[in-house]
Amino acid sequence: MMKKNAKRICAAVLAASLAAVSFAGCGSSSSSSAAGSTASAAGSTAATGKGQVYYLNFKPEQADQFTAIAKAYTEKTGVQVKVQTAASGTYEQTLKSEMAKSDAPTIFICNGPVGYKTWGSYCSDLTSSDLAKHLTDKSLALKDGSKIVGLPLAVEGYGIIYNQAIMDKYFKLDGAKAKSVDEINNFTKLKAVVEDMTAKKSKLGIKGVFASTSLKSGEDWRWQTHLANVPITNELLDSNTDVNSDVKEIQFKYANEYKNIFDLYLNNSVTDKKMLGSKSVGDSTGEFALGQCAMMQNGNWVWSDIGKVDGNVVDKNDVKFMPIYTGHSGEETQGLCIGTENFACINSKASADDQKASLDFLKWLYTGDGMDYVTKSSTDGGLGFIAPYDTFKGKAPDDPLAQQVSEWQNKSGIKTVPWDFTCFPSQNFKNKFGADLLSYAQGQKTWDDVKSDVVKTWKTEAAASAQS
Amino acid sequence: MQKSLRKYWAVFTLPTLICFAIAFLIPFIMGFGLSFAKFTTVTDAKFVGFSNYIRAFSGDDTFLPALGRSFLFTIASVILINLFAFIFALLLTRKMRGTNVFRTIFFMPNLIGGIVLGYIWQLIFNGILARYGLTLTSDGKYGIFGLIILMCWQMTGYMMVIYIAGLQNVSPDLIEAAEIDGATPSQILFRIKIPMVMPSITICMFMTLTNSFKLFDQNLALTNGAPGNDSALVALDIFKTFYNRPGYEGVGQAKAVVFAVILAVIAMIQLRVTRSKEVES
Repeated sequence: MMKKNAKRICAAVLAASLAAVSFAGCGSSSSSSAAGSTASAAGSTAATGKGQVYYLNFKPEQADQFTAIAKAYTEKTGVQVKVQTAASGTYEQTLKSEMAKSDAPTIFICNGPVGYKTWGSYCSDLTSSDLAKHLTDKSLALKDGSKIVGLPLAVEGYGIIYNQAIMDKYFKLDGAKAKSVDEINNFTKLKAVVEDMTAKKSKLGIKGVFASTSLKSGEDWRWQTHLANVPITNELLDSNTDVNSDVKEIQFKYANEYKNIFDLYLNNSVTDKKMLGSKSVGDSTGEFALGQCAMMQNGNWVWSDIGKVDGNVVDKNDVKFMPIYTGHSGEETQGLCIGTENFACINSKASADDQKASLDFLKWLYTGDGMDYVTKSSTDGGLGFIAPYDTFKGKAPDDPLAQQVSEWQNKSGIKTVPWDFTCFPSQNFKNKFGADLLSYAQGQKTWDDVKSDVVKTWKTEAAASAQS
Repeated sequence: MQKSLRKYWAVFTLPTLICFAIAFLIPFIMGFGLSFAKFTTVTDAKFVGFSNYIRAFSGDDTFLPALGRSFLFTIASVILINLFAFIFALLLTRKMRGTNVFRTIFFMPNLIGGIVLGYIWQLIFNGILARYGLTLTSDGKYGIFGLIILMCWQMTGYMMVIYIAGLQNVSPDLIEAAEIDGATPSQILFRIKIPMVMPSITICMFMTLTNSFKLFDQNLALTNGAPGNDSALVALDIFKTFYNRPGYEGVGQAKAVVFAVILAVIAMIQLRVTRSKEVES
């Protein structure tokens, strides 16, 4: 009898403990969020209704910096700032799941008019915010009609990055097509120089003039987005179309100019063009850093990567920018492509206190004590941003490419090319364009096919997202 | 113990049931509901009726081809994986030296995650194809063939273990009796061993079939669908629909529901067919 009872008790205890463990396990998500909300309630009463900030960070490479900034701000003001960073390439996914939570981000990043189509109902009106008044150029903001809905975090620039040391070596050779980089101010000249350099590549000690044209899936943004921006911007300029308006159709009028420069990249590259489907952006950064090539198309953000490559031989002072020349008439006055695709938006569905706290945080960062963090280079724990606000007059980050960007921006008689690729209808459009470019490089598609595909896909993708 | 089990069944089954509901049942039902809605985040959905389903099939030229590729891929990998696994199992149930070492080695690929495998094999394939001036992305076919090879490499060892267990359960008496009656080795294989391991075949077929049909990680890491969408299987296509086009979240969800239904139907049919072939010893 005793034995039976003991057995029974044993079973009951075991069962109960099992149940307790698994209930605890299952319930953890709800209980932790409950704990979170009580903590936040306590926090906000302690800070007398100050609200709190939840910043969903877009740039994984700056996760540490943003956490440090948040900590500094909390220490100074007592306002809670939570920073979460989405892993590389997963921002949309993370944002979608975070926004569905009761404790949603109060500041999030929108990537321009197309991102706004998805997130418009979450963006609050920032037209009358203090920070918007400090913008150096109102056209840099993300707009819905005349309403400002997103503030740029930084401007960035891209173009053809070249290695001054290798170029100088070339200019000294007999029969060089130019004597200095300043002479290269249109496509004809660029082509002559590049092709001559390819012919003399053994003398220059390089494997090719251009780094690999990375066409691996997911690594093709330099071509389907950045390079495509140049002809598309010219086309939009011709028809006087605003990027923030819905661009339903394009003609790809300057497709042949795109082909000009793309062919130049393909034919004078380190890598055979049939093999480009396996090359990544990282590969081409590596080639440039190791001095295997003289030029690559990329933006100022790549400087930190160049520095990180093992055995890097490029001197800081030799890394320079030149604009992307495509053979467009009047391109002698063309500058770098400078703009932004990361707009900070304030979640309109957050509480009024939280929205205000979020705006205050951004204001502190761009007009207050936080400004140091913005311009300091990443090695010093800063963001290394070129900030488009008038409070930053004369302050530029100290990395060489960022300085080049501000230099080009301020050159007299030079017109910078805006980042109009924010109006490209969808990621799907870009992916298809990239796939077409790969097929073209591999010789499976003619240029005419690529051109008609781009026109067609733009139209269907724009229509598809308008339908939704 | 029987008695206490009956008494305390709730304490034993409820935890699992609740976890199952939270991690599977509720999301599935929500997903079904969302397939009839337009939404950006799952909390702000608006009902739109069947339009997502219509757009999945008509407004989109990637879903049906991806589905077709998934079918072909599944047929090829189910046949190859089970064939190889069974042959290995037959070889490794003979009394040879070092069978345990071989069993372990064949099983090991299964322990590596799909994403890692995808990247490793990408390097291997690109390395080989580079000799012929090609890459994995030169043609969608290469990506699909690559995936078949990868899946065989990964799953064969796992299925082999199940077949070994099945083969070891075939009573030696039966085989001895057959040998005495003068049966040839191939007769023993087809008339005795295969019918006797039919339960293992049911399980292996089910696992290879469902795993191949819902393959995602390996596809994403190996080619990410390149060139274009030519090597994207259906799970990857759903993922891309969901995240790469604004306003297509509901369409992705509708595709996912269609996919789940197809998968369930195929798996049911397969289970019924192979089950009916199982024999009592």
